Order: sequence, then structure tokens, then C-alpha cells
Amino acid sequence: MVRVINALLAIVGGVGGALLLYWILNRLAEMLPQKWEERVKPWVFILPAIAAIGLFLIYPAVRTIVLSFANATSTAWVGLENYTDLLGSRDFQITLVNTLLWIAVVPAVVVALGLAVAVLADRLGSGGERLTKSSIFLPMAISGVGAATIWRFIYEARPEGETQIGLQNAVWTALGFDPVAWLQVDTLRLNSFLLMVILIWAQVGFSMVLLSAAIKGVPIDTIEAARIDGANERQIFFRVTVPQIWGTVITVFITVLITVLKAFDVVFVMTNGNFNTDIIAVRFFNELFRNGDNGRASAIVVMLMIAVVPVVAYQVRHFRAEEAAR
Amino acid sequence: MTTTGTTPPPTPVPAEVKPRRAMPRRGAGVAPGAGRASWPARIVLLVICFLWLVPTIGIIVTSFRTEEAALTSGWWTVITSPLDFTQYTIANYREAWDAGMNNSFINSFAVTLPATIIPIMIAAFAAYAFTFMEFPFRDTLFVVIVGLLVVPNQVALVPLLRLYTDVNLTGQFAAVYLAHIGFGMPLAIYILRNYMSTLPKAVIESAKIDGASHFKTFWRLIVPMSVPALASFAIFQFLWVWNDLLIALLFLGPGEREVVTVTVAGLVGQQQQGWQLLTAGAIISMVVPVAVFIALQRYFVRGLTAGSVKG
Repeated sequence: MVRVINALLAIVGGVGGALLLYWILNRLAEMLPQKWEERVKPWVFILPAIAAIGLFLIYPAVRTIVLSFANATSTAWVGLENYTDLLGSRDFQITLVNTLLWIAVVPAVVVALGLAVAVLADRLGSGGERLTKSSIFLPMAISGVGAATIWRFIYEARPEGETQIGLQNAVWTALGFDPVAWLQVDTLRLNSFLLMVILIWAQVGFSMVLLSAAIKGVPIDTIEAARIDGANERQIFFRVTVPQIWGTVITVFITVLITVLKAFDVVFVMTNGNFNTDIIAVRFFNELFRNGDNGRASAIVVMLMIAVVPVVAYQVRHFRAEEAAR
Repeated sequence: MTTTGTTPPPTPVPAEVKPRRAMPRRGAGVAPGAGRASWPARIVLLVICFLWLVPTIGIIVTSFRTEEAALTSGWWTVITSPLDFTQYTIANYREAWDAGMNNSFINSFAVTLPATIIPIMIAAFAAYAFTFMEFPFRDTLFVVIVGLLVVPNQVALVPLLRLYTDVNLTGQFAAVYLAHIGFGMPLAIYILRNYMSTLPKAVIESAKIDGASHFKTFWRLIVPMSVPALASFAIFQFLWVWNDLLIALLFLGPGEREVVTVTVAGLVGQQQQGWQLLTAGAIISMVVPVAVFIALQRYFVRGLTAGSVKG
């Protein structure tokens, strides 16, 4: 009860305090000569937001880069040692390969499935469309931990001879095979792919909703025109619809890509990176929390930052183009 | 989105996404879409929906079965013996609730509510300035915010953990919600600014002519007009913070102040024993975000289609 009251107090204090701050700063600005007032006011409005971003994103990001050149307790400089140690270890190489696999598979599958469902559902009656979309969209509200729990009961394995209570092994043994501890099979990275299935399951709804909105936004006359010109459904889809929704396809792809880069919960909860399923975000957590190694954890994050630089660049360019078109 | 976190990108609004249909596509007589799905298409959709729903149905059914039933037969066996009432129970929920979910459930609110509500106002002020005021470096600053949308928040965690330790904030709810306020800020400003720039400029101009100050214009005009955008950010942020595991685990950890995701993650780790607690615990942890999501889906989708993405 005390906690709830504290939380409410935090809200009241946070919101009230911020409002009071704005009000006072605004008053002060109004006391300045007209010319200065005009110059100062915008900064009064954006300063708290900029301060939050500076304190919680910019400053720590810079500090992370610095710490990546220091030792585990950040007490001495070690140059590039964190990087060379990580990149030289077999373990970390596996982590990187797995992460690349996730990047290669998940965003593409999520976009393709989302597009397929969006296109097909668009042709159903509105009731069927809503029902289809809701069932695929719902996992979006479920946490990574919740999703992992749900899929635990799919992949669960029991020793041979016992009743299988995991769905996948139940089907598998019904087909006459021996039960398999799925998450421990790293042949061809099978376990990593099974973990990817969980993230795909959670993300397709997002992709479907965005792409569906884009498809509905395609002007009907362009499709009608193509139809009159004798194009078949497939040609209409690939030559008329897809080019017009391409911007959204890229948006979805980037979003899922970023989600994959920071994906932590599913792998952490299911295998904690064991059985060769480690990925970069889980490794980061274990270096920082389990091993207390600030240097290596920071070096991993710096690699992550380098990986998103092209995405940031694209993002900014795209934004500029959109603004110019406004 | 997921979580996983799920996950919305900073990717600027693709023009196609905006609902800009001048005429309803499906007017009488036209109906190029509705109802023309072929049977193979219907079957494919049915199979996909089935595959998507089965895992969730499985855990819901399991959560209402006794430990004995759950450990000795698959949940799908209820299809063949649905009337064998000895296998059903609601004791799992009571046990999970008493075994710690009651505590972490409240903790989750203590973290999520401030993390959702506080940033809204701060971001609204900033978005107003970015939309309606002129100042040096305005566009540069906004581009930085757009870039930050795709930066994973892991970049901040190592130094923040040290900083929090220095100021004795580790283990406090404030440690988590303050971090989420910072991490959510770029998205909040981005969504609100995009929305505000679609508001009719004439309204603001006439308020100015009437002698209203920026403060007054913001408070009386812009905030009430921006409610849909405020709501869509609030839903995103609520789902992210409630569903987050990483930051809660780092800054609060397991223990007295653990949140629901941490409790459930702990239960998954225990092999087999206590599994009936796990199913019920997981469902308790999902009830709030799923309810919020279903109730406010409209705003959520609107936020998505406004091109929101967060790193």
C-alpha cells in the first residue's frame, strides 16, 4: 500500500514539479525584455526534455565508449584489450555468428509473413479480417518473458517412455520418433532457430498492422487502371502495390532489426545463452551482471553502436527527405 | 515490441501509411477487396491464426489444471475429456499470487505509472517548441532525436548502473522509472511533434493575435487537441515498461522490489517443480498489458502508423 502511495506521490511530484518548473521559468522569461523573452522561451520549453535525453542517453553513451577502453572495474586503461579479448574468444565468435543469423532471418521473415497476412486478410469480410488480425496482433502485448513461458510448454521434453507434455515432442513422438530436448540441439543451429520462432511469433502482428495500413492506403485507381490494362493479380501486387508500400516495408524491417539487436528476454529466459544460443544482448548482460566486467560489457555495447550507425544514418536521411516533401 | 520486447522505429512516417483515402475504397458496387478471398487463401489464414493462438491457449488451459494433471498429460488432452472436472483447479492462481506475484504486481505499477505519465508532459512542452517556435539549432536538435530513436538503450546501462550506485539509487523504484523517462523521451517528442505539425496553423496564429502567450496556447489549445497522440505514446510506454525485463533486473533485481517480469523469469528457471505456479504467474503478469492493449488498441495502431519506433 505504501508503495502504491509512493508511486502516486512520485507521479504527482514529478508532474506537479515539472509543471511548477515550467511555470516559474516561463514567468522569469516574461520578465525579460521582449526581445530576450522571444529568444529564451523556446529553451524553457525544451530544456527539461533535452536534460533527460542528455543525462540518460547521450552522457552514458559517451561514457560507455570511454569505459570500453578500461578494465573490469574501470580503474585502469587497457587500450583495445577488451575488444581483442572478445573478438579472439571462440565463445564470443559464436555469439556474433548467432546474432548475425538472427539479423538475417528474423526481420525478413517478420516482414514476409506480415505482408502475406495483411494481403490475404484484406480480402476477407471485415469481421473475418478483424478476427484474423486480433489473433496475430495479441502477442504484441505479451512480454518477452511471457512469450518465453508460453513457448516453454511447446518445446518441453520428457525422457523417452514418459508422456510428453510439450506439444512439439507430442507431435514428434506420435510420428514415431524419439523425444528430443529441442533447445539443446545445436546441429545446424536448430535451437537458435526455435528461439527465433518465438520472437517472430511476437513481432508479426506489428508488421501486419503497419503493412495492412499501407496497403489500404494504396489509391484504388492505380489498381483499377492496372486491371483494365489486363494485369493479373500477381502483377498488380508486385508492380503496383509493392512499390507504393515500399517505404513502410523498410520501416518495418528497420524496426524489427533494432528489436533483434536488443533482444534479450527470450534467449535469457529460455537458455541464458547456453547450448550455443548466445546472442549479443544476453552476453552483454552476463558480462555486466554475472561477471561484473564493465570494460567488456561496454566494449560489447560499442560494437552494438557501430552496428546501428548505418541505420541511424538511413533514419536521418529518410527523415530529411520526408520533411522536405512536407 | 517484445518485447521484447517488442517493440516502434524512429523511422519517419512513410507517406503511404497516412490514412489519406479521399474516397472509401469499398463503397457499394466497388468492393474490390472484401469477400473475394479464394478458398486456399482462407485456409492459409486459418492455419496461421491457429498456429498463432495455440501456444497461448496451451498456457491458459495448463494454468487451470492441477499440478498432477499438468505433469502427467498434455494440456490438449482436455479436448477429449473436457468433462473430467477433477483435472481443473484455480488453486494455481491463488498459490502464485501468494508466492510473490501479489508483491511484484504492485511493484510493477510503482515503476510503470510514473514512467508512463511523467514523460508525457515534458515531451509535450518540447514538441510544442519544436513545432511552433523558432530557435537556433532547432532542426539539428530534432535530427539528433530522430537518430536516437534507433539507438538500443543498452548504450546507457553500464554508466547508469555506476551512477546509481554512487547516489544510492540502485534498488529504488525511481532508478527504473527515471531511466525509462529518459529512454522514452525521443519517441515521445517524435510522436507528439509529428502530430502537432498536422494541427491547423491558423488556430495558433489566431490565438497569438488574441494575445495568448505560448504557455497559454500550449495549455489551453495544443494539449487538448493532442490527446490522441498523447494516448498512443502512453500505451507504448506502458507496455514497454511493464514488459521490460532487462532494466528492471539490472536496477531493481530479484528481491523485495522485483517486478512481475523478474518474478516470472525466476519461475521459468526452476525446472519442472512449481510449473503450475509458472503458468498462473505468467498469466497474471500478462493481464494488465493485454487489457490495456485491447481497450486502447485504436490509439496503439494510430501510434504505430505514425511511424513510431524505439531503440
